[in-house]
Amino acid sequence: MSLDLVLFVIFALIAAVSAVLMITRVNPVISALFLILNFASLAGLYLLLNAQFIAVAQVIVYAGAIMVLFLFVIMLLKPEHEKKLLAVNKNIKIFAYIVAALVFLQLVYMIFLGKPNTGENAQVAASINAGTIEAIGYKLYSNYVLPFEAAGYLLLAATIGALVLAKKKFE
Amino acid sequence: MTIPIEYYLILSAFMFVVGIAGVLTRRNAIIVFMSVELMLNSANLTFITFSSYLGDTVGQLFVFFVMTVAAAEAAVGLAIIIALFRNKLTVNIDEINILKW
Repeated sequence: MSLDLVLFVIFALIAAVSAVLMITRVNPVISALFLILNFASLAGLYLLLNAQFIAVAQVIVYAGAIMVLFLFVIMLLKPEHEKKLLAVNKNIKIFAYIVAALVFLQLVYMIFLGKPNTGENAQVAASINAGTIEAIGYKLYSNYVLPFEAAGYLLLAATIGALVLAKKKFE
Repeated sequence: MTIPIEYYLILSAFMFVVGIAGVLTRRNAIIVFMSVELMLNSANLTFITFSSYLGDTVGQLFVFFVMTVAAAEAAVGLAIIIALFRNKLTVNIDEINILKW
């Protein structure tokens, strides 16, 4: 077994187990912490895939900024009688697991029988080059400069919207 | 690159499915929201996988944009949850039914 595979198995196991624990824990704070663990192991997987810039952005943006926001809101809103929130209709739960299983089977079918075009031997050099911040920055400021500006406006709009929504009571 | 691409895709599919189960079973609006984030991340993993195996940068650019949109969505969504909590004193999505016909 190569080092790549060992690392992949470790990170994948952490990601899968923490995802399952995230949706099953009663306490929302613990759920959020497991989600952070999941994001961190995803960053490790991105590094295995030679995507250095995205791995760093994942840690800073997701595990850092977004999850801090989530934890703030969870602690701001007292999760009153969380047990009652868990008491979900049995039928809905069974339905949910059936839907999830069907979607999973569909995806597995597509992955194994659709034969994604992997190109027998992936070019390692091209892959390493694709993940550098230089390559991403070059694309971002040449071909994709308009979506980049739009993303900036989107963030501005989201900031203003969040301020207006959370400031005071509707009425 | 010695790992078959299917391993990554299966992991991504599994995380997506866990996200679906979370959205459908949990009643706490914040946890539903976190499950949506999980699904976004599983899509990101697929993007990065293909980007890396094909040696093309564009997939990683799209992950960058998905992250931006996810950040904006998290800010607005959590603000909406706070506003709802002010009005109804609950985050249970079964009791938030003012828009239900």
